[in-house]
Amino acid sequence: MPTSASELVGWADTLLQGVLLGGLYALFAMGLSLAFGVMRLVNIAHGDLIVLASFAAIALGLGTGWGPLAAFLVIVPAMAALGYALQRLMLNRTLGGDALPPLLVTFGLSIVVQNGLLEAFSADPRGLGAGGLETASIRLTSGIAVGWLPLIVFAVAAAITLGLERTFGRTRYGRAFRAASDDPVTAELMGMSHRHVYALAMAVSLAIVAAAGIFLAMRTTVAPSDGPGYLLYAFEAVIIGGMGSFWGTWAGGIILGVVQGVGFRLDPGWGILAGHLACLAVLLIRPRGLFPRTRG
Amino acid sequence: MSPLLETRALTAFYGDFQALFGIDFEIDAGEVVAIVGANSAGKSTFLGAVCGLLRVSASQVLLDGDPVGGLPAHRIAAQGIALVPEGRRLFPSLTVEENLLAGGYLGRSGEWNLDRVYALFPALRARRRAFPEALSGGEQQMTAIGRALMANPRLLACDEISLGLAPVVVRDLYASLGDVARAGLSIIVVEQDVSLAQRVSHRLYCFQEGRVSLVGVSLSLTRAEISHAYFGV
Amino acid sequence: MSRRIVRRAGIGGWIAAAVVAVLAVLPWWVDASALRLVVEGICLLVLAQTWNLLAGYSGLVSVGQQAYVGLGGYALVTLADWGGVDPFLCVPLCGLIAALVSVPVSRIAFRFQGSYFAIGTWVIAEVFRLLVANTSALGGGSGQSLISMRAYPKALRESMTYWVALALLVLALASIYLVLRSRYGLGLTAMRDSEVAAASHGIDVARTKLAVYVAAALGAGMAGALYFTMNLRISPDAAFGVNWSAAIIFIVVIGGIGTLEGPIVGTLLFLALRESLAERGAWYMILLGLIAVMTMLACPRGLWTWIAERLDIRVFPVQRRVARANRAD
Repeated sequence: MPTSASELVGWADTLLQGVLLGGLYALFAMGLSLAFGVMRLVNIAHGDLIVLASFAAIALGLGTGWGPLAAFLVIVPAMAALGYALQRLMLNRTLGGDALPPLLVTFGLSIVVQNGLLEAFSADPRGLGAGGLETASIRLTSGIAVGWLPLIVFAVAAAITLGLERTFGRTRYGRAFRAASDDPVTAELMGMSHRHVYALAMAVSLAIVAAAGIFLAMRTTVAPSDGPGYLLYAFEAVIIGGMGSFWGTWAGGIILGVVQGVGFRLDPGWGILAGHLACLAVLLIRPRGLFPRTRG
Repeated sequence: MSPLLETRALTAFYGDFQALFGIDFEIDAGEVVAIVGANSAGKSTFLGAVCGLLRVSASQVLLDGDPVGGLPAHRIAAQGIALVPEGRRLFPSLTVEENLLAGGYLGRSGEWNLDRVYALFPALRARRRAFPEALSGGEQQMTAIGRALMANPRLLACDEISLGLAPVVVRDLYASLGDVARAGLSIIVVEQDVSLAQRVSHRLYCFQEGRVSLVGVSLSLTRAEISHAYFGV
Repeated sequence: MSRRIVRRAGIGGWIAAAVVAVLAVLPWWVDASALRLVVEGICLLVLAQTWNLLAGYSGLVSVGQQAYVGLGGYALVTLADWGGVDPFLCVPLCGLIAALVSVPVSRIAFRFQGSYFAIGTWVIAEVFRLLVANTSALGGGSGQSLISMRAYPKALRESMTYWVALALLVLALASIYLVLRSRYGLGLTAMRDSEVAAASHGIDVARTKLAVYVAAALGAGMAGALYFTMNLRISPDAAFGVNWSAAIIFIVVIGGIGTLEGPIVGTLLFLALRESLAERGAWYMILLGLIAVMTMLACPRGLWTWIAERLDIRVFPVQRRVARANRAD
């Protein structure tokens, strides 16, 4: 029981910040959820690709002096193209049989990206300046302030989730994604080249990863070895939220953000651990996640 | 006039196992041709080879005189060949209507669209938002055929559409296919039921262990001839 | 046909005996740091062999074996430093502890379906790591030193570590070899190929998966305990770090799935690369990663498996082949 009004306010603030952080985690998770959903691909390099985008944005800023908006305009399409090439040239070849090759290839990729970044940038954490946006905030009450950046990230995450839901549910490409996921061979008979469809899905996945990475670098500092940690957050958000649903993944991200925030408040060493435990708990109680897509 | 689809000495393998040993086949525009034969005679394999699901040599399959053998399935679909696969293979996460729309993915021009498919199969209109697992066998088959028609094909290949369905349902399906054929679409029908195959087709092929054992005008073939070719005895 | 197979098993047996003999007399020929490398190689080999059982045969790809490596290491610290148990006796004991813990943990791990299992095991390993890092009694985030080993004079300690390592190696390889050649091993191969088909033939899929998972935990626990008797200092990052999985994965990528000698080849190559390139820091890791990616794209069943199939080498025959019946039969 909170013993004073200020403690209550403190908890409210923790919850609010957790929700906003959850927006970022939802962004992390969305690309992973897409790749899982369409290709059943577990991309172990997912977190490292987020960090790659962060450092690309940082390098772009250092090299050109342009602000974060430029980073979005340049890096999001660049990583989409990278995603298409990666899937088409490498990952497509590993799919459709044993579970082992895609895992091992993406694990190798993870190592290459992490250490490549280490070589290029050293192990020090870096951040991306956002011209004051990082600290700008709206003061709600005396104890609670909402940062503009976390708010924007939250809104972008929701918008992307909505966009994905709409695309999958109502468009020609969305049907192609779902059909190729259900039955790639029969999808070929309809004229859908599953190689192309999978590559498109990966392109979208990495475009979202790019946005996540850029926002990450604005919100906090990033180090080359941070990748695996973010992979685990993304994964946990997908597990908590449930299989097959983008809004589920979004909710999973929010919940993870809140759980981590609460855990952190209770004991700084327990923040991340609380997230892991929450994921395992959901798995035990509701193996399909909290908001799985039910058919029909 | 060259046939719409022609295969010359078509051979096909599953790994090391040879399934087809030199099939010569042809179908003209507007024809309905039936293929009969025992299980594993190579009927489905033949359709798979024609539709690009199996590796074959380029010159072994000719569409309008152009070699299309060995093209990937999605390219052959773009050329106007649509397959109603054995077992229907509807997409489980798509509704009936979405399955139909998926069939029209390539956007080939022609007279087939959602309304025309629903006109052909009125029962589907009521079930348009249902998922395949909730449909009866007959409804699933209608959806599968409708999905293939949505591609506006020049050639429709139907693999054992009567399998698992009640005779009255099969009769209605083939009546609908008859309407479609009369409108000018070429159809290859692979069937287990020989007398049904004879009734619905202009010409009939019999396959036996990966080879053509009989070919002729459907109505002129005798029961004895077909039995002989079917069983190889 | 059958005569040829028996002879090949004989070759494998002779080679194994020769290698064990060489390893046995090694302490008199090489210096301490080389011995430490051999011990580390044995730890990695045991890990890779048990991972091979898990992934190659049971289709359970784990990126979280480090959970049990670390558990073995910290169990060693607890038993030896606090419990006063002889550290070398701890190696099998810590393996048993890891095996026991793995039973309830498997209930959670197996909830992760299909490809999710890999990252799920990683999450579990992270839980172990963070729990230990948050426990100051175990040294917290910075770890602690193993003091009970100081009771032994240095030379004796190093030889004892080495002998225990050898014993572990022989035990692990022999038991895995026997399992794979038995009916049980056939069941494992069946399970990898198709769980449904295997189940319909009376193979208890759930129990078999559990047995393999526990066996892998046992191996990892012993390897972890062994490693830290040599290392003398333990920390959550060293004990539960994902580098263990990275090493295993590289070894398996090179060595291949499904053979007994593959992981041996992989371990040797891994250590050779590391020892010659380690000063290059990140470049060495980039190279490993690239090798892993290229190998998996070109030879999905591992480099050694690919080579062995081309040259028809079978050192420890554990695969089964359908033989054509002899005309004379």
